[in-house]
Amino acid sequence: MNVFMIFRVAVRAIWRNKTRSALTMLGIIFGIAAVIVVLAIGKGASLNMVAEISKMGNNMVMIFSEQRHAAAGVRGAAGEGQSLTASDGNAIRHELAHLVQAVSPEVRTQMQVVYAEKNWNTTIYGCSTEFSTIRNWEVAEGSFFDEMEQRQCARVCLIGRTVANNLFPNDDPVGRTLRIGNMPFKVKGVMGVKGVGGFGQDQDDAVLAPYTTVKRVLQASAFPDNVRQLKLSLYSMDQLEEAKREIALLLRQRHRLADDVYDDFRIIDMAEITSTMSAVSSTMTVLLAAVAAISLLVGGIGIMNIMLVSVTERIREIGLRMAIGATPANILGQFILEAVVLSTLGGAIGVALGVAGAQAIGGLQGWPIMVEPSSAAGAFLFSSFVGMFFGFYPAWRASRLNPIDCLRYE
Amino acid sequence: MEHLIEIRDLRKIYALGEEPVAALDGVSLTIENGEFVAIMGASGSGKSTMLNILGCLDTPTSGSYLLDGIEVARRSRTELAGIRNRKLGFVFQNFNLLARTSAIENVELPDFYLGRLGRAARRARALELLKRVGLGGRSTHTPAQLSGGQQQRVAIARALMNEPPVLFADEPTGNLDTKSSIEIMNLFTELSNEGITIIMVTHEDDIAAYAKRHLVMRDGHLVKDDGVGGGA
Repeated sequence: MNVFMIFRVAVRAIWRNKTRSALTMLGIIFGIAAVIVVLAIGKGASLNMVAEISKMGNNMVMIFSEQRHAAAGVRGAAGEGQSLTASDGNAIRHELAHLVQAVSPEVRTQMQVVYAEKNWNTTIYGCSTEFSTIRNWEVAEGSFFDEMEQRQCARVCLIGRTVANNLFPNDDPVGRTLRIGNMPFKVKGVMGVKGVGGFGQDQDDAVLAPYTTVKRVLQASAFPDNVRQLKLSLYSMDQLEEAKREIALLLRQRHRLADDVYDDFRIIDMAEITSTMSAVSSTMTVLLAAVAAISLLVGGIGIMNIMLVSVTERIREIGLRMAIGATPANILGQFILEAVVLSTLGGAIGVALGVAGAQAIGGLQGWPIMVEPSSAAGAFLFSSFVGMFFGFYPAWRASRLNPIDCLRYE
Repeated sequence: MEHLIEIRDLRKIYALGEEPVAALDGVSLTIENGEFVAIMGASGSGKSTMLNILGCLDTPTSGSYLLDGIEVARRSRTELAGIRNRKLGFVFQNFNLLARTSAIENVELPDFYLGRLGRAARRARALELLKRVGLGGRSTHTPAQLSGGQQQRVAIARALMNEPPVLFADEPTGNLDTKSSIEIMNLFTELSNEGITIIMVTHEDDIAAYAKRHLVMRDGHLVKDDGVGGGA
């Protein structure tokens, strides 16, 4: 008896009990569909996160100030020392001009912004004229501040859309004067909508001003040149490693660090953040997929249950088949194949349902969805495996039956 | 001349409860090619056990059984399945046709396991056998659409599918009315005349009368044998 014939017998047996077969398959169908949907949403979310993060900037590299490590090992609190300076930024900009497209210091301060009777608490970013390029953030109305204003510590600013909406619900903000703290600032423009950032923050809730103004005027800093962070934009991410090396070398030189002293800065590129974030999201995906897989397990047990019922119900058929020459292996094969056909069919329907369901959920919720062919194929193969695994025991029981007892069974 | 069936001191002991029960207690006999044998006896006499062992559905506790000159008393389940498939045909009291399966597919079934014929040849042979038992026009009917007598004729056609030398029948008319019973027994007589060996279990004397040789069992012993083969 060849496999094709056993297959026909199995399909026939399934077809004879359409309702029961369909109900049995439901467990597998929903299990597989759930796995596909979860993986599609997980993959979509992680791709989306990567896209969001790369939207944060053009080939962006960030350099953070770190505490100078004292020889005795005494360390200050994080952010205490600001070892980086705006001059470091300028040096990078000029000496590594072949690699670096734009540089901007970034200083932040949380302040109250007031216009007429409205006020709003927001983050003031001190940055350079090149900030817009680095963050890939266009000016929507008005214009960015220029070199001259930056040098002169001009009291000018650009506001994010959220700030504009809150302070100027009815007016055009460009050209108006608002107060940051108690300093009057002229609004040069409104930034385009940047949306929600990769970390869930509202990127439009921001005011941009020249870093010189923020350091000297708003913060009245004793060290106006020191900054917490430098952001820069490379020409190409292909030169990332070279750029990081060159920057580190340059900064160590400028900071006069001896060979045995640690860096007093840290260079972070977007790739690092991206990989961390996608690691988080893939952990979640694995977790959810595991939950979905449990439903598959339950589906498999459903198949086993029905196959056991089927063996008992068809005990006379088994006896007859044995009497006319079916070997135990034939019977084993017949029932395993029946379970496999059942679960594989369920798997195929489940894949179709899962793909459709993922699209539907994505469309309904506006979530990014990504069905990977490999996960669909994997789920499908796994469903066959489930049938084989859970079909084995009932089939083995059937094959061990004694033909005489089967034939006499009432 | 070699016997078709030769059994020697066959015993089958069932361990039921405390006392072991001997369903067959040392039976010896030979059956020649082309015989039409009826095994008779009251229930519990061991006739069914006898048929099961002769039909290779069961193995004896001890003794020897030569079928066509081959020892089959101690064979594996797989080997016995092959022997049943090639050498033995079965007809049961309750027909045992596959439900919701057409007559012709029921008849084809033994060759699924043998794989001797191709698809077309198998179908042709099954149809020929159905004609042979007078059901050529009902090959696509399912058992539910056939009368008891017709179902039994399908079962006989199925038993003949692999051209076995021996046909076993276990109370073949037990579920049939008198008219159908006579038709079935006439069919057996024709088959017997064509040279097929038939071994039939029955407790009805008028059915047994169709056979040419009669074995009577009682308490696991063969107590009467009027046939040509005689007790070996």
